Amino acid sequence: MPTVRMPQLGETVTEGTVGRWLKKEGEAVAKYEPLLEVETDKVASEIPSPFAGMLSKVFAEEGATIPVGAPICEIGEATGAQAQASKPVAEAPAQSAGTAVASPVSEPVAASAPASVSAARSAPSQSTDGVRYSPAVRKLVRQHRIDVKQLPGTGRGGRVTAVDVLKLIESGGARPAAPAASAQPLQMPAAHPQPLPIAPPGEGDTVVRVTQMRKTIAERMVLSKTTIPHAWSMVEADVTAVAKWRETEKEAFKAREGANLTFLPIMVLAVCGALREFPAVNSTWAGDKIILRKGINIGIAVEIEDGLVVPVIRDADDLSLAGVARAVHSLAGKARSRKLTMEEMTDGSITVDNTGALGSIASVPIINPPQAAIITMEAVVKRPWVINDAIAIRSIMNVCLCLDHRVLDGAIASRFLQSVKRRLETFSV
Amino acid sequence: MAVKTVLESVRDALHSEMERDPSVFLMGEDIGPRGNVFRITAGFLDEFGRDRVVDTPLAEASIVGIAVGAAMAGMRPVAEIQFADFIYPAYNQIVGEAAKIRYRSAGGNSCPLVVRTPYGGGVRGALSHSVSVEALFYHVPGLKVCAPSTPADTQGLLTSAIRDDDPVLFLEHKRTYRLIKGEVPAGDYTVPIGKADVARTGKDVSVITYGLMRHFAMEAAEQLAGQGIETEVIDLRSIRPMDRETILNSIGKTRKALIVHEDQKFGGIGAEVSAIIAEEALFELDAPVKRLCGPDVPAMGYAKEYEEAFMPSPARIADAIKALADF
Repeated sequence: MPTVRMPQLGETVTEGTVGRWLKKEGEAVAKYEPLLEVETDKVASEIPSPFAGMLSKVFAEEGATIPVGAPICEIGEATGAQAQASKPVAEAPAQSAGTAVASPVSEPVAASAPASVSAARSAPSQSTDGVRYSPAVRKLVRQHRIDVKQLPGTGRGGRVTAVDVLKLIESGGARPAAPAASAQPLQMPAAHPQPLPIAPPGEGDTVVRVTQMRKTIAERMVLSKTTIPHAWSMVEADVTAVAKWRETEKEAFKAREGANLTFLPIMVLAVCGALREFPAVNSTWAGDKIILRKGINIGIAVEIEDGLVVPVIRDADDLSLAGVARAVHSLAGKARSRKLTMEEMTDGSITVDNTGALGSIASVPIINPPQAAIITMEAVVKRPWVINDAIAIRSIMNVCLCLDHRVLDGAIASRFLQSVKRRLETFSV
Repeated sequence: MAVKTVLESVRDALHSEMERDPSVFLMGEDIGPRGNVFRITAGFLDEFGRDRVVDTPLAEASIVGIAVGAAMAGMRPVAEIQFADFIYPAYNQIVGEAAKIRYRSAGGNSCPLVVRTPYGGGVRGALSHSVSVEALFYHVPGLKVCAPSTPADTQGLLTSAIRDDDPVLFLEHKRTYRLIKGEVPAGDYTVPIGKADVARTGKDVSVITYGLMRHFAMEAAEQLAGQGIETEVIDLRSIRPMDRETILNSIGKTRKALIVHEDQKFGGIGAEVSAIIAEEALFELDAPVKRLCGPDVPAMGYAKEYEEAFMPSPARIADAIKALADF
């Protein structure tokens, strides 16, 4: 009987905690249908079933921590009626390209392996759980969220071909499939849930091949915008004093420290201070709990050729202004030469986005999941400013914040923003 | 534009490069007074003299070994192996030496060498005049491998190969020599190494091929066009570097791939092409990647029946395309 084992959910991960069983003993499960959730210190993931069949025995209770490779359950042969209940369309979400869903370490036993395992040959065969679809068909089904179960195929043996699906989409006959299961926190929806057909490229149009980075950005942005309720707020900070100080100091700073004295490291330090004051902002929504992160790891958005990366300054609150400036310089350089390591790109607890570098004065950034907040620094502009009922010309910088409203409410966001503003306005080394 | 045979395009590329660049010279068996077994270099000895048209003994290791040394010393040798079947004694000189010189010297030396050789079957050449050797060489980093199929591509790629600063193995399908005629642009004509040619566009099935099989695939595609099947034919032209982009763009369009080569199937060029497709374009595929290749037997036999059984024919290619189109 095939055994499902604890998957390796990251190179350095050695064990995982069973979060929640999505199937009960005796329940039928389709191949790739979510079986359970596993949490590690890095990520919580849905584990798809590697086999079709029936969940016959569970070895690991919810909350149990199991070493990688140890058995967590057994999948037996499904009875006819149970197998009928599971259609391959349910496979689609678990197959999203680019997700971090690892296949469980599996150990099929030849004698009792389900028919679908041995039938994984080139011929389009009927397996116990219904029709098999090609990767191209499955991708189209996922992208367009359509139901092809009733579609008559024109391929060999009535196979549904990619062209059949495209014709269905073009004819406008596609109807949306029923939503698969309930939405799970870290499930990635398709990058382009496009219900409308896209006109094919015409003469003079250019087709740009989507890079892996672009795909990842698209998936993460859709994930963020569709699963995180964003709330937005903005404050205006009077940075006249720090701007003047920076003007007088920057030459000497550069000579002494070897890095440019820009507003970015000053902003990073202001955010660090505010996070220490309001630790709730340095957090992650984890479904049934909120994790407050101890380390203040500041992600900084760096624009590179054909994309964007967010390297992370670890424990930024331990660093001096010069330390942050050097870290920014080094990470941005590595980002542009594509030499960032995984460690330098993971575990960020909040992101600082220097949108002002390109002249923006207000923006609504998208949270970098699983973080709970993203904060921008807008362009420093001279503005007429009222001080003590008199008008002065001051250097003003807007600071915008988007937060995960599941984790935080407006009041704490406002206090956090006020803290950042105060720190910028009274900044001193 | 002039219409030439493949053979004439080889001759013209060699001739114009020798005229253009005094460091280009030829070495090989029977290339002098005999003018090469296919008469490619007829007249070259009188025109360019013994220093630049060097007749050699039957010693392939020496032909390439001497050429490697000359190339490192600043010459641009074009070494000929009379038939690819006899290239094995020079394997060490090509793979062990020429391909590694730039890397071994940290860029200090280069080896601007071309090794030309006729390959392939279909001419009743039997066991020792029919072999395809590309799979033995395309695995090797540092070595470029070209296998063009038309007169224009042959002349353009051979010119690029001679001007290239690194070693190039240049494979000429001997059946195409006099069989295939085509227009070649006049003047200084080059084709970039590493760029495939979309020989025919279609939306139903992609055929990825090279050499003689390009022409057979085009024939098959024309037959099938009458039945409403639109085949795209990709002629790789360069085996290494391989033009991944053109392959993947085509799969993105047709979603079905048939790889055709005369060389044996196991570990052949088709293995790499199908691996590229599987790695980069799995979610574009609407059918399994298929290969139609020579059989995994030691050699092509002399008997007509053996030869026909070995070589994919337009009819067999058409059947394989049709099976994929109907899948």
